Amino acid sequence: MRQTENRPEPEALLRHAAQEGRGRLKVFLGAAPGVGKTYEMLSDGTQQRTAGVDVVIGVVETHGRQETEFLTRGHEIIPRISIPYQGHTLTEMDIDAILERQPALVLVDELAHTNAPGSRHPKRYQDVEELLDAGIDVYSTINIQHIESLNDVVASFTRVRVRETVPDRILETAEIEVVDIPPDELIERLKAGKVYIPEEASRALNHFFSKSNLSALRELALRRAAQAVDAQMLDYVRAHALAGSFAAGERVLVAVSEQPHALGLIRATKRLADALRAPWTAVHIETRRSRDLSDAERASVAEALALASQLGAVTATIPAADVVSGLATFAREARATQIVVGKSARSWWFEFRHGSVVDRLVRSVSDIAVHVLPAEEGEAATPPVSRARQNRWGDPADYLWSALMVAGVTALGRLLFAILDLENVALLYLVPVMVAASLFGLRAGLFTGALSSLSYNFFFLPPTGTLTVSNPENVITIVVLLGVAVVTSQFAARVRDQADLATSSARQNAALAGFSRELTVTANEEELMQAICAELARLFDARAVLLLPSGDGPQLHAAVPPENRLEQIELAAAQWAIEKNQPAGRGSSTLTASDWLFHPLRTGRGVLGVVGLARDDAGEPVRADQMPMLMSLLDQAAIVLERMQLERDMRGIEQLRERDRLRAALLSSVSHDLRTPLTTILAASAELKRKHTPQLIGVIEAEAQRLNRFVANLLDMARVEAGALRLNIEATDLTDAVASAVHDTRHMLEGHAIQLEVPPALPLVRVDPQLFHHCLINLLDNAGRYADPDTPIVIRGARSTDGVTLAILDEGPGIPPGRESQIFETFARIEGSDRTKGGTGLGLAIVKGFAEAMGIGVFAANRVDPRGASFTLTFPNALLMREPNVEKTR
Amino acid sequence: MTARNKVLVVDDEQQIRRLLRAALVRADFDVAEAEDARRALTALETEKPDVVLLDLGLPDRDGLELVPLIKQRSQATLLVVSAREATDQKVTALDLGADDYVTKPFDTDELLARVRAALRHRVTAQGGVPSVTVGDVEIDLVRRRIFKAGVEVHLTPKEYGVIEVLARFPGRVITHAQLLKSVWTHEIEHHVEYLRVVIRNIRQKLETDPQQPRLIINELGIGYRLSGGD
Repeated sequence: MRQTENRPEPEALLRHAAQEGRGRLKVFLGAAPGVGKTYEMLSDGTQQRTAGVDVVIGVVETHGRQETEFLTRGHEIIPRISIPYQGHTLTEMDIDAILERQPALVLVDELAHTNAPGSRHPKRYQDVEELLDAGIDVYSTINIQHIESLNDVVASFTRVRVRETVPDRILETAEIEVVDIPPDELIERLKAGKVYIPEEASRALNHFFSKSNLSALRELALRRAAQAVDAQMLDYVRAHALAGSFAAGERVLVAVSEQPHALGLIRATKRLADALRAPWTAVHIETRRSRDLSDAERASVAEALALASQLGAVTATIPAADVVSGLATFAREARATQIVVGKSARSWWFEFRHGSVVDRLVRSVSDIAVHVLPAEEGEAATPPVSRARQNRWGDPADYLWSALMVAGVTALGRLLFAILDLENVALLYLVPVMVAASLFGLRAGLFTGALSSLSYNFFFLPPTGTLTVSNPENVITIVVLLGVAVVTSQFAARVRDQADLATSSARQNAALAGFSRELTVTANEEELMQAICAELARLFDARAVLLLPSGDGPQLHAAVPPENRLEQIELAAAQWAIEKNQPAGRGSSTLTASDWLFHPLRTGRGVLGVVGLARDDAGEPVRADQMPMLMSLLDQAAIVLERMQLERDMRGIEQLRERDRLRAALLSSVSHDLRTPLTTILAASAELKRKHTPQLIGVIEAEAQRLNRFVANLLDMARVEAGALRLNIEATDLTDAVASAVHDTRHMLEGHAIQLEVPPALPLVRVDPQLFHHCLINLLDNAGRYADPDTPIVIRGARSTDGVTLAILDEGPGIPPGRESQIFETFARIEGSDRTKGGTGLGLAIVKGFAEAMGIGVFAANRVDPRGASFTLTFPNALLMREPNVEKTR
Repeated sequence: MTARNKVLVVDDEQQIRRLLRAALVRADFDVAEAEDARRALTALETEKPDVVLLDLGLPDRDGLELVPLIKQRSQATLLVVSAREATDQKVTALDLGADDYVTKPFDTDELLARVRAALRHRVTAQGGVPSVTVGDVEIDLVRRRIFKAGVEVHLTPKEYGVIEVLARFPGRVITHAQLLKSVWTHEIEHHVEYLRVVIRNIRQKLETDPQQPRLIINELGIGYRLSGGD
C-alpha cells in the first residue's frame, strides 16, 4: 500500500491549515444525463487553473462530445490504469498516481461509477473519499437517481432503476452545484444526439426522458441541493450555538426483517429522517425464529443493516422473545418518536397464528407514531423463500412414543371399564395428549389427540369396534381432546422458546464475561494479544490474527493457530483498516478479494491495531447476526490493550526520566572526580620537571591509584545497572576476604590503624569472592575518606543466631540522621562538609548492588561512643557453610 | 654470574612495551619484543627467552590459545599480563600452564618480583630444592617436617599436602583445582571449602597473626600462593 502522506509543499501546507487536513468535495448534480455536468465541471476546473490552482483530471468521460473534449485540453490528465478483466482490459482512474502527484484539485467524473473488479475499491466514490482524506480537493458529477436515498423515488416514477448508487453521507459534506437546464431544452439535445446513452439502455430511456419525468427529476435535484444547503446551515447554527429551535427529540426507528422489501424500507426511513432532521436507528429483532432463517435471509438482514449504516443510521440487533415486545422495548429505551415497519407480506395463515405484528405494535406503543409502508413493486414479487425446517414434523420416535401412550391408556381404560363400568374413560386420554403436546410439540400433540379420539371411539363408544359416532355428545369429547393438544403445545412451546432464548443470551453474556476474564489475567501485551486471538478464534470458530501498525506496514503480533500467515493482499487490507479506521477485507466494502476480514481495534486515542478473522472453508468469517457481539468483544479488547500500552508507556517514561537524572549526575560526578586527580598529576609532573622530589612522585602514584579505583567503580556500576551480574559463588573465608581487602586499600587507609576483630572460627560463607572484595574495598575506602584523621577503623565479625555479621566502624562525623538508607543510592553524596572529601558516590551504590545480588544485607547506622558511622554486612544462615571434615576425605 | 636472563614482551600496545622494556632493562634483564602472536612464536625460536610476558588481547589471535603453544615449544617461564579481570580467564590461563598472572594496570615492582620468583621456580623444578624458608617458617621437603622459629609444628597429612604443593613453587599462584587435585581426589575438585578449612588450620599453626596472613596469600577466586620468601 502506498503511503498517502502529504509531501510538505508550502502550498499543500497552507491548504491543510485552511481545512484541517481533509480535501473539499464539490459535486455537480444533474437531474438527468445530458444536462452538461461534465462540461460545467471542466469549465469550473479551467477557471480554477487560470486562478493558479494546481488542477489535474483524474477521469473524465467526454463521450466524444467536441465542446467537452475541448475543455479537457490544457489540463494535465493522469493516465488511467489498465485492469485486465475476463479477457479484455478495463481502464480506471489511477488513484495511486494521483496521490503521488498531489495536486490541489482533481476532477473526477461520474461519482457513482462502479470500478472494475480487482480495483482497490469497488466504487469510485470510495476512491474520491481516499483522495479527500489525503487532503486533495475533488470536483465530481452525479445524476440525481444515483443518490442512495432517492433511488427508490426516482425508480417509482421513471420505472428505471439504476444499480450504481452513492451514499447520502458523501453528499452531506459536499458543496453541491445543480447543473440545470429546462426539460424542453434537454429533450432537444437528446433529439440532436447530444446526450450519451448506453445502447442497451436506450429502449427504457424513451420513457425516462418524458417531459413530466424530467420535471420531476429536476425538482428532486433542486430540492436535494436545497436540503444540503439547509443541512450545512444547520451545522453552522449548531456549531455556533446560535439557537436551539430545531425539531428536538425526533428519533426514527425502522424495524428490519428478513422480508425482501427491507432495503426500500431503509431508504424510505432515510428520507423521513432527513425530512424530520432526526437521527435514526435500524433495528433487527432476533427471536427464536431467527435461528431458522436461511443463509439468504440472513444475508438480506445483514445487507439491510449495512445499507442503513451507510445511509447514516445507527444499527442494532436485539434478541427478544418476540418481535413486537422487542421492538416496543427498544423503541422506548431509544426514546424513538417514529417507528417505521413494512407491511407484512406474510400469509393470512401466518398472521392468524402469530398475530399481526403491526396491530400488536400499534397497541403496545400508543405514544409513538407507527408508519406502515407497503412493499414496493417488483420487490415483493419475489415470494419469501420457503424454509426447510426439518424440525417441523419432529422426530418419528416422538410419534411412536405418543402411540404407545395411547395404546397404554386404551389398555388401562379397557381394564377399568371392565371392572368398574366407568363412563368417563375419555378423561384418561387427556394424559397422553398433554404429555405429547408439551414434550413433542403441536403436531405430535394433534396426532395424539386424533389417535386418542379414534381409539376412544373404536374401543369405548358404542357401537364399539367401529368408528361410527352415534351420540353427538361424544363429538364434543373428540373436539376437546384436540383442543387440549393445541393449547398445551402452544404453552409448552412458549416456555421452551423463553428457555432457549435465555440460554442463548446467557451464552452470549458468558462469552463476553469469559472474554474479559481471559484478557484481564494476561501479564503483558504479547500474552494479551495472543489471548484476544485465542478467544475470538474460539467464539467465532475461525482463525484469528492480530496486527499492530509499524513503520513498514502492519506487523503480525499474535495468531491462532500460530502458523497463520498473511498474503500481500491481506496485509494491504489490514493496512487499510488501520489507516482508515474501517473494516476491510472479506464481508466489508473494501479489498473484498481477501479471505480475511479485518476490523480495527479502536479507542478514543485512535486505532491501536487490527484484528483479522478467516474461516477455514474461506466462507464469510463473521455472520451478520454475530457482528454486534464481535463489535463489543473488539471494544473490550481495545480497551484492555490500550490500558496495557499506556502502562508500558508510563513505565518507559519513568525509566527514561530516571536514566536522564542518573546521566546528569554521572556527568557532573565524572567531571569532578576525573579532573581533580588529573589536575594534581599534571601539577606534580610540572613540578617534577623543575626539581626531582620523591614526595611529589608519591602524589602522582596515589592520584593515579585513585583514578584507577574510580574507573573500576564505573565499570562495576555499569554491571550493576545492566542487571547482568554473573556470580561465581564459592566458599569464602572471611579472614581471607578481609585480609585481601585491607591489603588492597592500604594506601587509601594511611594514617588509620586497622583493628581486625574477625574471629578465625567464623563459618565459611558462600559469596562471589571478586564481588565481595569490591564491596569491602568500597566500604573501607568510604571509611578512610570520612573518618577523622588518625582514628582507628575497626573491622568486626560476629556470629549470631540469624547468621554472621561483618561491620566496618569508623570515627568521624557519621551519617546525617535520617539519610541512613539514602546514602546507598547512586550518586547520593552526603551534603555538607563531606563534599570536599571527593569520592564519586558510586561506591556505596556498588556495595548495595553487589551485596544484594549475593543475598547479603547492607545497613548503615551511626555510632554514639565513639561518634562515627557503622556499615554492617549481614550473611543470613542460608549463606553459611558447614565445615567439612577435611582429614577423612580422600 | 651467569648470562643475563632474556624476557620476551608480547603486547600490541607500544606504550606498554616501552614501559616494560625500561623497567626490565633497569632490573638487568635482556628484552625482546613482539607485537602479535605470529611474531611472538617466531621470537620464541630466534630469541630463546627465559621469560615470556604475554598480553591476552592480541590483534591476530587470542592470547589464551597461545599459552599451551608457548609451553610446548619452549622452557620459558610464562607470565600472563592482561587487563582481563575476570577470574575465570585467570584460572583458565593458569590451568593451561601459565606460571603466573598479573592484572593491568600493574605495579612495576610487583611485576618484577613475580618475574624473579618465576625464574627461581625453574631452578627449583629442575634441581629439586630440599627446603624452603619463608620468614621464620622452614619447610623441609625431604624429611617432610615444618619448623616455626626453630620449633617443629605438627601438621595433619592434608595440611602438609597443601603446603608441600605451595612450597614446591614459592611465590607462584596454585589454583584451587590444582591444589584439590594434588591433595584430594578428583571428586572434590570444586569443593573449595575443604581447601579453605585446611588453609585456615595451617594459618592457625604457622602464621604469627592468622588475621593478617603473610605466609599463605589468597588470590581472590583463583587460588593460593606461598609468599615469595625474599
